[in-house]
Amino acid sequence: MVNDFHIISALVEDKPGVLFRVTSLIRRRNFNINTITVGATEKEGISRITLTMRGDEKTVEQLIKQLSKIPDVIKISEVKPEESVYRELAIIRVSAEDPLKRSDIINYVNVFRGRIVDVSKDSLTIEIIGRPTKINAFIEIIKGFGIIEMARTGIVALPRKLKTE
Amino acid sequence: MRILGAKAIVEALKREKVEVIFGIPGGATIPFYDALYDSDIRHILARHEQCAAHMADGYARVKGVPGVCTATSGPGATNLVTGIATAYMDSSPVIAITGQVPRSMIGKDAFQEADIVGIVTPITKYAFQITSASQIPDAIRTAFIIANTNRKGPVLIDIPKDVQLEEVDFDYSERIIIKGYVVRSGEPHPYSIKRALGLIMNAERPLIIAGGGVIASNASEELIKFSELILAPVVTTLMGKGAIPENHPLCLGMIGMHGRVEANKAVEEADVIIAIGTRFGDRTTGKLEEFAKNARIIHIDIDPAEIGKNVKVDVPIVADAKKALSVLYSKLIEVGYSKKESEWIKRVNYLKEYYAPNYEEKGEGLKPSKLMKILRNIIPGKSIITTGVGQNQMWAALHFKVLEPRTFITSGGLGAMGFGLPAAIGAKVAAPDRPVFDIDGDGSFLMTEQDLATAVSEAIPITVIILRNKALGMVRQWQCLFCNKRYAYTDLGNTPDFVKLAEAYGAEGIRVESYEEFETVIRRSLNAEMPVVIDIPISPDEKVLPMIPPGGSYKEVIWYG
Ligand SMILES: Cc1ncc(C[n+]2csc(CCOP(=O)(O)OP(=O)(O)O)c2C)c(N)n1
Ligand SMILES: [Mg+2]
Repeated sequence: MVNDFHIISALVEDKPGVLFRVTSLIRRRNFNINTITVGATEKEGISRITLTMRGDEKTVEQLIKQLSKIPDVIKISEVKPEESVYRELAIIRVSAEDPLKRSDIINYVNVFRGRIVDVSKDSLTIEIIGRPTKINAFIEIIKGFGIIEMARTGIVALPRKLKTE
Repeated sequence: MRILGAKAIVEALKREKVEVIFGIPGGATIPFYDALYDSDIRHILARHEQCAAHMADGYARVKGVPGVCTATSGPGATNLVTGIATAYMDSSPVIAITGQVPRSMIGKDAFQEADIVGIVTPITKYAFQITSASQIPDAIRTAFIIANTNRKGPVLIDIPKDVQLEEVDFDYSERIIIKGYVVRSGEPHPYSIKRALGLIMNAERPLIIAGGGVIASNASEELIKFSELILAPVVTTLMGKGAIPENHPLCLGMIGMHGRVEANKAVEEADVIIAIGTRFGDRTTGKLEEFAKNARIIHIDIDPAEIGKNVKVDVPIVADAKKALSVLYSKLIEVGYSKKESEWIKRVNYLKEYYAPNYEEKGEGLKPSKLMKILRNIIPGKSIITTGVGQNQMWAALHFKVLEPRTFITSGGLGAMGFGLPAAIGAKVAAPDRPVFDIDGDGSFLMTEQDLATAVSEAIPITVIILRNKALGMVRQWQCLFCNKRYAYTDLGNTPDFVKLAEAYGAEGIRVESYEEFETVIRRSLNAEMPVVIDIPISPDEKVLPMIPPGGSYKEVIWYG
């Protein structure tokens, strides 16, 4: 992964308006993020926001410093890819009218440890989980068969140990 | 104690020692106002909510405690926006309480519904809605803590009408926990202090840039002692005016686009800069690549996000200005460091003298700069100045020497025209025993002029000095310098007769056409019991000079228009 890629993980209060405050700040200060995900943590009342962005160190540092000023943001830090587990989920519907191609697709899905989650007369729906690079690689390969629709979740990450600021 | 939510708001405000609230009531705040009616908190009825917010802001800046304003839902709340943005940009602790439509109607486009929390989130430290009366005590406590600690700033609390009418067991705890908000001790880190001392003690040409943070942290005394010890000249930002008395031998005045040339030049020549409580705004720095390019920079700021945001810093000190300065001072005393004289000071004094003649008035007519100097000579040092925005503001900044902190109140970051009058009213409420002057432009004054009615009704004797150039002068100046004198829509044409206008409001209106008259009127205004409006016709061609063109460096300074 190129090193201008950054994952930022924040623990935030789970209450109305928090995601808005975070995204409002990102927009206002002209930061450009790639993905943002929000979900529950092990603690009731606390959610985790994971966001990814491309940019230099200075930009990332500013983003973290600015976000940490939001009173609802309890803890925020950059998560180094090598010090964390991070995954993304993609659901991809591929056209598969030709039975020969259909088995090719299934082969690729197996190689990438994906799963076929839905089958129709002329398409296959695939679920694939992994690092974004893996998903990108899978998409590259499967593209040739004709992607009908696709949805990606953005990254969730868990630091192996969460460093505080 | 089981009370109505509305009463709980008032009780909580009393616990926060709120003495005055600026506002305008409306449907969604009727219960709150009903409770307020019985309390001994003073209420000042503004004539526009923007003014209520500016008043609270002026009050806060003068008194150094949070200022409170209130408005009803919808249009009342949206009218606060400019005032809140002003407070945000200048880190002023303003608490805004807005009414909201009842909970069941939120999101239904109810009458006078506006998503005020959504609207002000980017211009507040925090904005939130209360969803049950039981939250009121903690919410108000939280709002005051957030507004008035660390880097200060506005907080808005939105309270639906039915929440105000709900009963609550009132229990006010002083200590509450906001998980994500840490009140900083403000103590500097010893390691940064050590590195800073290294730079300071080896500096040949040290210079201090004092920003608004010095005033916010009440660090003037520490600043003066420190600068005298290391013999560093002090320049200020617009917001820093008053951090050091501007007649202090070490003070060089304001830097920046309309800064004094000797001050800008000192920044250019310094080898170590100690910047305190400044965010290095673009009006202060000009072209970043050229700014202070010969200096190592020590940056003291309470807000870690300010460090390295605009200017690359050699030694960051995340700390309260007062604490950082006193630690630096005592460490220097400990090692016996002090400077008695230096070539640098001689150089700086030379610059001061060299440029002095450039600030003298030439030519016909009343000169704003001269008026500023006269004003300074007659009014007491503790008098408070507020300003409009534009040339009037910059003439005041350039030529009016501020002698005490919290006596120069201006819309620095937002540059909101219309700030001067309401801020003066707020200032006078905060300091009734001190003279308050609003140095204003005709355009700025016309934006919030209706609040003269407030000043008259409440018998708040402030003096408004209108530098009437019949123009949106500052914009006109740019058009003159950068648009080939194409004066696109900056002629105010038929400005009202400000004397009659003042009289219509029940204030005193006076036109002044000579320096002598000006002096007499100012002296008289010092004892006025009602607001005074002084109308001073000046030429629309008067310019604020020197000026560094936008995006330029001090080398491109324009001296003559
Ligand atoms: C609310 C608002 N609108 C527009 C501007 C842009 N602006 C900056 S200075 C200025 C002219 C101000 O005119 P006036 O108050 O008469 O002051 P002068 O420059 O003539 O002293 C204008 C329009 C502003 N700063 N604030
Ligand atoms: Mg004007």
